[in-house]
Amino acid sequence: MTATTPTSRAVPVSMPSAASADEPAVGGLVLRKLHKVLGGRAIVDELDLVVGKGELVCLLGPSGCGKTTTLRMVAGFLEPDQGAVVIEGREVTGLPPERRPTAMVFQNYALWPHMSVYDNVAFPLKLRKLPRREIRAQVEEVLELVGLSHHVRSRPARISGGEQQRVALARALVQRPDVLLLDEPLSNLDAKLRVRVREDIREIQQRLGITTVVVTHDQDEALSMSDRVAVMNKGRIEQYAEPAELYRAPATTFVGGFVGATNALVGRVDAGGREPVVVLDTPDGELRVPVASTNLAGRVSSAADDTVTVRPEDVVITGLAATEGVSATVDRVIPRGHFTEVVLLLAGASVRAYVDADAAARAQPGVQVAVRLRRALVYREGRLL
Amino acid sequence: MATVASRAGAPRARGRALSTVSSRTSGRVLTTALVLVLGVFILGPLLWLGVRAFATGWTYPSLGPDGWTMHWWQAVFDDPNLVSSAVLSFKLAFVTMAVSALVCLPAAYAFARFDFPGRRFFLIGLFATNAFPKMGLFVALASLFYTLGLMSTFIGVVIIHLMGTVVFMTWIPAAAFAAVPRAYEEAARDAGAGRFTVLRTVTLPLALPGILVALIMSFLASFDEAQGTYLVGSPDYVTMPTQMYSLVLNYPPQVAAVFSILLSIPSALLLLLVRKHVMGGQLAEGFQIR
Repeated sequence: MTATTPTSRAVPVSMPSAASADEPAVGGLVLRKLHKVLGGRAIVDELDLVVGKGELVCLLGPSGCGKTTTLRMVAGFLEPDQGAVVIEGREVTGLPPERRPTAMVFQNYALWPHMSVYDNVAFPLKLRKLPRREIRAQVEEVLELVGLSHHVRSRPARISGGEQQRVALARALVQRPDVLLLDEPLSNLDAKLRVRVREDIREIQQRLGITTVVVTHDQDEALSMSDRVAVMNKGRIEQYAEPAELYRAPATTFVGGFVGATNALVGRVDAGGREPVVVLDTPDGELRVPVASTNLAGRVSSAADDTVTVRPEDVVITGLAATEGVSATVDRVIPRGHFTEVVLLLAGASVRAYVDADAAARAQPGVQVAVRLRRALVYREGRLL
Repeated sequence: MATVASRAGAPRARGRALSTVSSRTSGRVLTTALVLVLGVFILGPLLWLGVRAFATGWTYPSLGPDGWTMHWWQAVFDDPNLVSSAVLSFKLAFVTMAVSALVCLPAAYAFARFDFPGRRFFLIGLFATNAFPKMGLFVALASLFYTLGLMSTFIGVVIIHLMGTVVFMTWIPAAAFAAVPRAYEEAARDAGAGRFTVLRTVTLPLALPGILVALIMSFLASFDEAQGTYLVGSPDYVTMPTQMYSLVLNYPPQVAAVFSILLSIPSALLLLLVRKHVMGGQLAEGFQIR
């Protein structure tokens, strides 16, 4: 895929970027103190983000968190009230969309219905006044790259949603942008196709080494295709980390709740003894649940108003209650396919556990089981200690 | 067991099929009757007009015309006044359509794409031109035209005709522009097109059906306009519809029939041309913009 590396763009990609001293000397995309107020509310609130060259970063968050607004400010459809957008070391804030080295794949693809697939993809090149033969060669190449060599004479309405998505991607890639932007690229596809297309997008992105920002509200999507994920909430980035780190150590309770499932326990961690325990208050006194590891350094205990969270897969059913440990009552058993979700009543609160088939066999509703915890995280004022 | 059941079920199924067939037939008869009645109401007068244009005479008790002749057609085409009025009508309709498009299409785009203060007021206000009795408006305009020296001028007549077209020319294209998703325009900007290129390559082609309908409605509105033209244009500017007044008074009725057939030819042709779009609801959608 050599011809798909940037040649038509004026900026040579290998040249070190002329970034100012306060910016990291990476290429890619830098957002500096980006701020946007819409309808009297700060939709994007002094947002800083650095996307390294060739990196794929997902902006993940619930609707209204400002992720799409951020993307639109990068593309140039919205001007920030304050802050700067820097691409490959060059500030593009204030430039109209047509003069930015970005290309966007729209949520509904926005393929022009009066043009054929070929003309849709050729449009950016025609604007650049390339010779007809050159256009033809590049369009065919990019269509092959996205795996869509047939249907080129069809109107977009006559091809499937997945194919439309590929055309939209081809139309963006043919521009050889410095930054590729995808707005909820998979939200209009059915579940099966979604998994395949996100793998395809990731593969193409890595093959071309193209700096990419994907907006999504789907944590699966974010975790599976990103180099790094920026979790957004209320116009700010709550955490910016690699997918594994994001899941293992969510920086805030919001991130923990948004990325994967988690149990928030009302209690505290007592790390003073031989083995740390999560102490839960019950009407009959304290319930001390042993936990293998916590984020508390040394033998420090957490305060009373801290939040303790445990991932469902870190809740372990060790056996029947009569034999050992702290007992909980099985409330519900929900088969989830390759694992089973067991809802336990522990000290009067619902705690979800993901267990394998063996453990699930013992867990009948109403049965008392012994539980221990593998890993608990303590948050103070919403932040990971 | 299965065969028994199917054998027992078969006659019942057939009975049900029969009853649905009979109810479908009665429905069809009713529909046909309604269509026929409507057809007579709509096509009857047209047929009568068509026959009359070729009749030597046709008086009350007789069911058909007395005889056939091309005399009236001859009379119309031989009369230089009638021919010149037809030429003027076409000229006016084209000029009105063009000027109306030039003035109203940018306004339509603005109404569709920008939210400016007073937008709703102006949009609804356009109906004012159609909301009052036309004659009163024309009389008021006429006195204004006298002071401006626009009476009996081509421009004066064009202005009168424009008034009847602004609503079509603004509302229908505005709805057509509004129906073009912004994402299409944004995608074009993103691909490197400037505002004007986006308009030319994306917005206009996609809004074209609505614009075409508006152009044709304007053409027909101008072609049809009689009252204001008569008041402002006569005696120097006599169009086909205004000619009708004197025809009805001065000629045998057959000439009027010939003339009204000629008058309806452009409408019929144009409407046939854009039938797909008009039927497709462009006209109805045109008046749904908010």
